[in-house]
Formats: sequence, C-alpha cells, structure tokens
Amino acid sequence: MFDHISIQLLLGQLLIGLINGSFYAMLSLGLAIIFGLIHVVNFAHGAQYMLGAFVALLLLNHLGIPYWGALFIAPVVVGAVGLLMEQTILKPLRHLDHLYSLLATFAAVLIMEGLMRLEFGSTGLPYASPLPGGINLGFMFLPWYRGWVVVFSLVVCIATWLLIEKTKLGAYLRAANERPEIVESFGINVPRMMSLTYAFGVGLAGLGGVLAAPIYQVSPSMGSNLMIVIFAVVVIGGMGSILGAILTGYLIGIVEGLTKVFYPEASNLAIFVIMIVALILRPNGLFSSPESSR
Amino acid sequence: MTRYILLAVLAVVALIAPFFVYPILLMTILCFMVFASSFNLLLGYAGLLCFGHAMFFGAGAYIGGWLMKEGGLSIELAFLGAALAMAALGWVVGLISARRGGIQFAMITLAISQFIYFLLLRAPFTHGEDGLQRIPRSDLFGVVDVSSNLSLYYLVLAVSVAAIWFFYRIVHSPFGEVLRAIRDNEGRMESLGFVPERFKILALTLSAGLAGLAGAMKASVLQIATLHDLSFHVSGTIIFMALLGGLGTLAGPIVGAALVVLLTDHLAQFGEWALIIQGSVFLVVILFFRRGLVGELQAFLKRRVARA
Repeated sequence: MFDHISIQLLLGQLLIGLINGSFYAMLSLGLAIIFGLIHVVNFAHGAQYMLGAFVALLLLNHLGIPYWGALFIAPVVVGAVGLLMEQTILKPLRHLDHLYSLLATFAAVLIMEGLMRLEFGSTGLPYASPLPGGINLGFMFLPWYRGWVVVFSLVVCIATWLLIEKTKLGAYLRAANERPEIVESFGINVPRMMSLTYAFGVGLAGLGGVLAAPIYQVSPSMGSNLMIVIFAVVVIGGMGSILGAILTGYLIGIVEGLTKVFYPEASNLAIFVIMIVALILRPNGLFSSPESSR
Repeated sequence: MTRYILLAVLAVVALIAPFFVYPILLMTILCFMVFASSFNLLLGYAGLLCFGHAMFFGAGAYIGGWLMKEGGLSIELAFLGAALAMAALGWVVGLISARRGGIQFAMITLAISQFIYFLLLRAPFTHGEDGLQRIPRSDLFGVVDVSSNLSLYYLVLAVSVAAIWFFYRIVHSPFGEVLRAIRDNEGRMESLGFVPERFKILALTLSAGLAGLAGAMKASVLQIATLHDLSFHVSGTIIFMALLGGLGTLAGPIVGAALVVLLTDHLAQFGEWALIIQGSVFLVVILFFRRGLVGELQAFLKRRVARA
C-alpha cells in the first residue's frame, strides 16, 4: 500500500522531522532544567521563545545587527526578561504549591502575547535566512540554514547536558535541588543560583526563537501551539529528566515527520497518541528512574 | 436564616432578570457557572488542575448540538447524552492521567485536550473550521416549545440550578470529604486504605459530565458549536473564572463566571487589551488574592466575627 511513497518524500519529511525535533529538544531541555532544578513548570517557555524571535527581528530591523549577533544578544535579553519575571512573580510563590507558579507563568503568557499582538499585529513577519542557498544531496535539496539548525541545536543540547551532569557547577545545582540547606551551609547563595537557573532555561528558549526566526514566520502566537507539544514531550520523557527531554524531542520530531509520509491525516495526533501510550506503558516516563517521578 | 433570605432574593432576581437583561447573555453566564463549578470540583475540592477542561465543554457542545440537529432528539435527551458521553470521556482521561498527580496531571490533561481538538478537527460530523451551525432548539420532552429566548432561559436556569445543586451534594457527601482529605494529605488517606486514584477518576468523571452538560446548554443557547469551544483559550478562561471567584468555595467560581463573562462582553471592544487586562488581573489574583473574591470575603467576615 505504500508504493506511492518515494524515497525523496521519505527523506524530505525525515529532515523536516529532524528540524522540528531540534526545536522540540532545545525547548523541552530548557523546560526540564527549570522544572528539574527549581520545580517551576514554566508555561511561558513558548512565549519566551517567541520573544527571542522578535528580539532577533528588532535587532536586525532597527539596529542593523545581523543574525549572528542576535544569536548571542537575544538569549541574553530574553534571559534578562526571565530573571525579571522570576524576581517579580515566581519568587513570591516559591514556597507554595507548584500549581501557582504554573498559573502565574500562564497569566504572563496572556500579557506577553497580548502586548506583542498590540505592537506587531497577529500576522507572521518574515526574517531573511542568513545562509541562503543549499546543497543538492542527489536524493534531496538541503538548505544550508536547516543543516545549520540541526547541527547547532545538537551542540547546544549536548553542551548543556554536559554542563549540568559533568561539571562542578552542575553538581551544585543538582545538590541544591535535593538538599538546599546543606549547599547553603557551604556558602553558596542558593536563591540566586535558582534565579540564574531560571534565567538560563529561559535564555535557551530565546535562543530557540532566534534559530526559528528564519524558518517559521515570526508572530506573537508562534510559541503557544509549540508549548503544548513541548509539554507532551516532557511528559513522555519523564519530568525533569534532561537527557530524556533531549532524546524524546528528537524522537517525537522524527516520528511526526514519518507520520506525515505514511498517514498524513494523523500527523497532528501522533505526538499525543505516543504520549497516551507511553503513559499507559511507562507511567513514570521513558527515561526517568522510578524515584525521580514524584 | 439570612441564608434563606439570600436564596429567596437570588431566586426572584433570577426569575425576573430576563425582562431587564438580554436573555442570551444571562444564559451564557449560566452555562459558564455550571462549567466553572465542574472545574471547581476538580481543583477546589480534589486539588487536580485540569488544564484542558475545555475539551469536555467543547466536545459536549458538539455532541449536544449533533444530537439535536442530526439525531432529532428532544433537548433534555441531548443535554443528557452530552453529559453522559463527556462523563465517559472524563473516565478515560482519568484512567490515563490520574496516576500522575499535581503538576503532571495538568500537563497531561492539556495534551489530551489538544488531542481531542485535532480529533474533532478531523471528524466529519464537526464540519471542520466552520463548526456545527444552525443547531435547532428541539422541544422539551418532544412537546414543550423552547425555541424562544425567554422560554429557553427558564429551561437553562432550571437545569443550571439542578446541576449546581448536584455539585453541592457531591462536595458535601462522604465522597466529597474523602476527596478533600486526599487533596490535603494523599499519603495518609492511602495508608488508611483508600485508593486515591479511584476517587480522582470518579471526580474527573463527574466533573467532565457537568462540563459536558454546560457545553450542550451553550450549544442550544448560541445554536453553534465550534472548535473554539474546546480551544486552550477556553481552558484558560475557566481557570481564571474559578480562581478569581475563589476555589473551594461553592459560590466563588459561580461569581467568577458571571464577572468574567460580563467583563469579556465589555472588553470585547478593546481588542488586544482584553487579553492583557485578563492576564494582569489573573496575575494579581495569583500573587495577592489566592483565596479569590468570595474566599477573601469569607475570611474578612470571619475575622470580623472573631473580633466582635
């Protein structure tokens, strides 16, 4: 029944899946870091990603700073916005049920999206690709920029994972999550470390936004649908599991791409079907140890 | 005594209201009151944040509308059918999600609601982006005509009062006590021999049924069911209503629903500002008035009584 499927279509969709997967992985990585280390479900992650794309667009249009500059500046700007949010709305809720910080970030999304729509309208704005052209691989055409996104996001994911799992800083972070009072007794400013962790995760979302700007249209709502997919990815991978978030992100992107080839009608549904099946078969998440799921 | 006077005044106001206020607006408020109460049952009494609660409301609207339009059923059977179908959906969602508590329950229900959204987008009977239009207001019991706004108002009022009374009975039953105990200390209830998962699934089933009823009523009132009804936006609005009014109080979410429907009605002319204002009020409530309007009022009255 699949004779009509050509190898070009298959590989093309696989590549699109890999690119989408790169974004899923980067964003769910940030979400998993924030949840795993400071126990905030950052519903604003999608809006912060959108903010990153807008910062890149504004830098280009108003200050003439090209993409490569925005790649460094935008995550810092978005991270600073994150820090401000953390200080004003998350800090007062730190000792309450996690549901409140989730709802607070949700309210922040309404405000952020509303303000952006007020300023820029709701239609998508184009951002010219910094790497025009591409290469013909024989079986398909690969635009340079898309190749760059796949490679760069993979590097970012691996570097972040190494930072948290293998360095001293990462060890402090993980220790502060388990026994904050002991880490504090070593003379480490735990609340400040938590604030910076949030800013770092938010910065990753901003970086994702810059990467996305030349591929997807820059619009105020670009983050909201993505957000729900990212939630599903984090649930499938296991909450707070950093490696799980990265792997599941790529996996979901690729599966979604393949669904488009074999059963296009269900491509939107695939992620959620996987989530439901994963929840039934592995209630604690694919990559999480049983005790870390609580 | 004051309570009965208050209820009597409320009853009189509800009965004469449609002669002074546009009945469609009043009926919309009633639908959201029932919907907000169903949400309150979960978050306020069971501590479960269902982040995709609009799926029950929206799908209930489709099913109720479809039963009247294509099925030719009388209006009360359409309401009942939608409520039962959504209770079944709630049960299934509960089976999938109740094992994971707290924050994960919120994320899973959000994802499932998105799944239902795409499913209904694809389903043939929903007519995709157009939605189900020109839904007839079928006769009550097949004989009583309720096609006029005024007669439908009294039906919707009666059903809403019954639904809220049902909600009241649930939360004041032994089952409601167990739910609250699970919310406050799940571990202890488990050690006492209760199975929290089972109670959570039942709570979700009942809540989904009420939300489905609210959706079906909305379909008969506005005579349209669209994908917007089960969008994430509506899920967010219902959380806002419940929180603004006061979670875990009987009247809170009902008051919240009325306020937000009226607010949305007034703010519609301000375009994007509506979203910004809603988000800002939401944030202020979360940061400073977590008990909500009714909750804060109750706390204030209690303090005054204590002082006197």
